Amino acid sequence: MRAHRLRSALTMLGIIIGVAAVVVMMSIGNGARERVAAQIRSLGTNLISVTPGSARMGSVQLGSGAAPRLSEGDAVAIESEIPGVIVAVPLLYSRAQFTVGNSNWQGVLRGVTPSYFIAREWAVMAGREMIWEDDRRAANVVLLGTTMREKLFGHADPVGALLRIRDVPFTVIGVLERKGQSVWGDDQDDVALVPITAARRQFVGTSRANPWQVHNITVKFAEGVSAEDTMAAVHDLLRQRHRLQPGQEETIMVSNLAEAAEVEETATRAVSLLLLTVASVSLVVGGIGIMNIMLVTVTERTREIGLRLAVGARQRDILTQFLVEAITLALMGGILGVSIGIMAAAAIGTFAQWPVVIDLSAVLLAVSFAACVGVFFGYYPARKAARLQPIEALRTE
Amino acid sequence: MVLIAVEALRHSYRIGGGLVWALDGISLNIEQGDFVAVMGASGSGKSTFMNILGCLDRPAEGSYRLDGIDVGRLRQDALATIRNRSIGFVFQSFNLLPRTSALENVELPLVYRRMRAAERRRRALSLLEKFGLADRASHTPAELSGGQQQRVAIARALVTEPLVLLADEPTGALDSQTGQEIMAIFRRLNGEGLTIVLVTHEPEVAANAGRIVTFRDGRMVADHPATQHAWHSGSQGRLSLVYNAQ
Repeated sequence: MRAHRLRSALTMLGIIIGVAAVVVMMSIGNGARERVAAQIRSLGTNLISVTPGSARMGSVQLGSGAAPRLSEGDAVAIESEIPGVIVAVPLLYSRAQFTVGNSNWQGVLRGVTPSYFIAREWAVMAGREMIWEDDRRAANVVLLGTTMREKLFGHADPVGALLRIRDVPFTVIGVLERKGQSVWGDDQDDVALVPITAARRQFVGTSRANPWQVHNITVKFAEGVSAEDTMAAVHDLLRQRHRLQPGQEETIMVSNLAEAAEVEETATRAVSLLLLTVASVSLVVGGIGIMNIMLVTVTERTREIGLRLAVGARQRDILTQFLVEAITLALMGGILGVSIGIMAAAAIGTFAQWPVVIDLSAVLLAVSFAACVGVFFGYYPARKAARLQPIEALRTE
Repeated sequence: MVLIAVEALRHSYRIGGGLVWALDGISLNIEQGDFVAVMGASGSGKSTFMNILGCLDRPAEGSYRLDGIDVGRLRQDALATIRNRSIGFVFQSFNLLPRTSALENVELPLVYRRMRAAERRRRALSLLEKFGLADRASHTPAELSGGQQQRVAIARALVTEPLVLLADEPTGALDSQTGQEIMAIFRRLNGEGLTIVLVTHEPEVAANAGRIVTFRDGRMVADHPATQHAWHSGSQGRLSLVYNAQ
């Protein structure tokens, strides 16, 4: 093995690539799981999202204008009538232009009630929270997400500063904690939150036909309450409130946000499982490479084996010797593969902004798999060596 | 005392379609302390005989008793033990492990005896010293001359304190001057009481032995003492002098 450095290195290559691929895939898979878990946490647990769907007549899409809209009354009804619901928060949103002095920023404006922060489990990092008094007075106050705050104020303290939203002045009362990326990849911190009453008065939803329209109702239910039951109850209540006839086309969408996130995770895991399979194939190919080179080695060293037998080596001794050699090759390949895999995973994490989690069990699994490959594919050549007859082995040139 | 007792030994090879009897009824006793040279042309069966004595090959027919043990009936592992403990083999082409130091080469048989490294080293070094190779212990075979390599091989054969030293054309790959030096070592070892069986086709080499047997076509055709040399002292005992420094 020492005598053929290049040959050993090439032999190990298959194992190196296989193990590195296994480590990378498992790191990405674990990273995806972690990320989704973190996103579910950032979303807030036990959440249901209610949005107006679009109405249909036959196969003709009538557009959202024709759909019965959600109203603040729906939110109140959900919160008061459905057992297990902690809060039901009405939401309005719109894109808006934000101006501070000379700096401009396009971002998401959201009109919410103080309950929103309970539902999303979203704490204020600096300044004060939104209170019901702000809601009642329709006060021109705004809470900023960290991204919005950085874009508009840099490192300066924004609390108390004046901010123009579509040219209407608002006072910054606080900065929210960082939430990070959402499951769908958008920045949850690129947001400004104002009381829904202020949002309605200044910008949106003031149509005469539906003065209490909201874009979304976020429902938080208590721990231990079934998500399905709550969703069904919300669904039934809203059909009843909107006087939808049985059999009439669905116009309201009720969805479980955590579930949506888990679907994302399942997709990522399916991909990483597929790649893991490919990586395993590479390991097997690497094992065949080891078997091949060990067979060559046994042939090359037949005379040496004969000599060893002549001075008293038993079959077992020869078997062990060659098996150890094969396992050493596989293990060295495994360890090199792990190092390369960790580096590759770290590089992917850094450059592709993909969360990777390298855990010890993945590393140990990959290395022990490599050792097993060594045993499995080294056994046949080693047995071949051990079964040589001393006199025949010595006679070969 | 009879150390090697061979009775009606036959051995054949399959060449082409037919059987060729390389050994065709050899009966021979070798006493402890003997120095026997086996002579014969190539194809006379002398090497086959040697391989059977060395337990590297099994006879097709007949019996071979080494120190009272019927070797022909032993299993592979038991044969390995015999090769390891009772027989020292010296080859024409030395058969040292390349890229391995002289010391490690000499230690090799003891490795298969599961001996502690320190004890192995001590024994191997004392033998290398005996053959004037103490300063070459760390050299690999490629760094040694032919004569030095053969001396390392002899040290390897003796490190297990065998009952008998078997040498198959030990001078065949050496020039005559070096060959004579090797034969001098053999005479000295026989003088210390070691039983030696040597295969050669050179009469000058065979002349070092105390007894010369001649093979032809698988049969023994002559067996006589080499009276002109009375090297072997006939002293009994098993290589006791090799380790008398202990």
